[in-house]
Amino acid sequence: MNIHEYQTKELLRGYGVAVPDGRVTHNVDNAVAIAEDLGGERGVVKAQIHAGGRGKGGGVKVAESLDEVRQFTDEMIGMQLVTPQTGEEGRLVQRVLVEQACDIKKEYYLGLVIDRATQRITVIASASGGMNIEEVAKTDPDRVIREAVDPAIGLAGFQCRKIAAKIGLRGQQISEAAKLMQALYKCFREKDALLAEINPLAELGDGKLMALDAKMSFDSNAMYRRPTITELRDFDEEDSKEVEATGHGLNYIALDGNVGCIVNGAGLAMATMDSISFHGGKPANFLDVGGGASPEKVGNAFRIVLQDPNVKIILVNIFAGINRCDWIAEGLVQAMRDQDISVPIVVRLAGTNVEKGAPILEASGFPFIMADNLDDASTKVMASLEASA
Amino acid sequence: MSVFVHKHSKVIIQGFTGQHATFHAEESMKNGTTVVGGVTPGKGGQEHLGLPVFDTVHQAVEKTGADVSGIFVPPPFAADAIMEALEAGVGVVVVIADGIPVQDMVRVKRYAADKNAIIIGPNTPGIITPDACKVGIMPSHIYTPGRIGVVSRSGTLNYEAVQQMSELGMGQTTSVGIGGDPVNGTDFVTVLSAFEDDPETEAVIMIGEIGGPQEVDAARWAKENMSKPVVGFVAGVSAPPGRRMGHAGAIISGEADTANAKMDLMEELGVHVVRNPALIGETARRVFS
Repeated sequence: MNIHEYQTKELLRGYGVAVPDGRVTHNVDNAVAIAEDLGGERGVVKAQIHAGGRGKGGGVKVAESLDEVRQFTDEMIGMQLVTPQTGEEGRLVQRVLVEQACDIKKEYYLGLVIDRATQRITVIASASGGMNIEEVAKTDPDRVIREAVDPAIGLAGFQCRKIAAKIGLRGQQISEAAKLMQALYKCFREKDALLAEINPLAELGDGKLMALDAKMSFDSNAMYRRPTITELRDFDEEDSKEVEATGHGLNYIALDGNVGCIVNGAGLAMATMDSISFHGGKPANFLDVGGGASPEKVGNAFRIVLQDPNVKIILVNIFAGINRCDWIAEGLVQAMRDQDISVPIVVRLAGTNVEKGAPILEASGFPFIMADNLDDASTKVMASLEASA
Repeated sequence: MSVFVHKHSKVIIQGFTGQHATFHAEESMKNGTTVVGGVTPGKGGQEHLGLPVFDTVHQAVEKTGADVSGIFVPPPFAADAIMEALEAGVGVVVVIADGIPVQDMVRVKRYAADKNAIIIGPNTPGIITPDACKVGIMPSHIYTPGRIGVVSRSGTLNYEAVQQMSELGMGQTTSVGIGGDPVNGTDFVTVLSAFEDDPETEAVIMIGEIGGPQEVDAARWAKENMSKPVVGFVAGVSAPPGRRMGHAGAIISGEADTANAKMDLMEELGVHVVRNPALIGETARRVFS
């Protein structure tokens, strides 16, 4: 689960991390009032969407006057901001963060992740701030410092000082950076984060350190115990079909092809998409109905997949372990009765109660295209698409 | 032989009296598993499925000599249950729960560091040595005893591969689901190493997915240390970057994370890579014959 930059900064400010003065608004007059309030003529206007790379699409601008604050805010609010992470349709900007502009001397990178290699929370730091850290790791790996944290000890002071010294901080900055890292770690632990990134961490003209941009994402599996983070969720930033699917206990991700997929299990769902691609087709979605798929759940899966107007055919691939093929079959028949489904449906059933599932589909009289295995299913999908083209 | 669980394994079930645990404990017993009891705090002294229920894992181990535990408690309580099993000296801990907070697992792994135990999962269908010991939720009828070791991150894709093998007359020594979470108990290398040491296993099928370095690490390890052939598949060639594909661990966060990048590297390291998921069984037969 992701949150906005302004929310991350408020959260971190509460832990004692230095962030620029600023406030969020969805209104132009307010933006000017905030800039005035902050006292300076110069201000930064930052579009608040979850995707990164905002600067490249015109979503981050330094205003030299209150007029410019007004102008930039007016331009940003309501725009479809396109960044390298949003896709070409962009993301609607509903609010901007207006901040005091800072006098930046140097930029660093500081992040916390759960590193798969060490299976621990790991600090990542670099003297190359303001850039994509994955790029730095590729082109200049020596400039990326990593330090894994022992969960029984926590992030120790000496580790922080070591990291600070390695990225070239000096004097007072070393203890300042150590304090900042420990605050970030505390927040990461207490809020069940998966990622916390300060990029850039700026060294200001007076030598002080400040988090100019900050991003955090959280473990959705732990949000049951983090109500204050759950409140920060912004549904406008998420695909409405994906939100609806989650509500029904389904895992759905929209893609850009035309073959709708309804599968059980994340691995098999991916392999089904891969099989379609292998046969020259393009999946329209990832959809995992999960374990214990009731007829009702199958019906909801159809509704969600068919909301995508690009879907020309649906492939249902079920390998029942904890599921039961007869329930899935009943769900399929029910969906055909209840919903206006005009696209062809290819069905492959295997596993628990498969011998009861197939006769239910047959007896229904609906024109399901039955497949024996994964390869057969993808072949039939492609043949059907070709026949109707 | 087999790896981790075998016909002499004594299994307890944590969360024993719950609905799912009950169903799957019975299924396991039908498949030949020796279940010796279970744990449900507060229900110690009762009987369930004709077996004793204990309040703590410590008591269960003391009274039954159990050396394997299947954990069927919900995600918020799973980390504590794993540590309880480790503390009681259980050697193989199988964690079915899907949705354990990642940071809980980070702490569990630290706790497990000096315990000399194997944690299978979380977010796994479990482990099965066909007709001898099954701890998990997989449909046992698709598995048959044989000479091939199977290890996978995904559950249903494990079933898919096993079914393809069965249709070609190949059985399994043991099938291990290491689970779909980013921080998990046992990695591919540990399982490959066990299969290499198992005299009955003649070859291994390794099924991975997008996200993380562990498939390639395993291939690198196999090149140096394994005499047995490995067939490999990585799911998610068609997955878009940056999106979590169902499993918490299945997310492409860099170029080396993509399915194709992993399969290319695995191939270079000598793994028999399958590009078409429908041909896992076929490829296994070709390699093993």
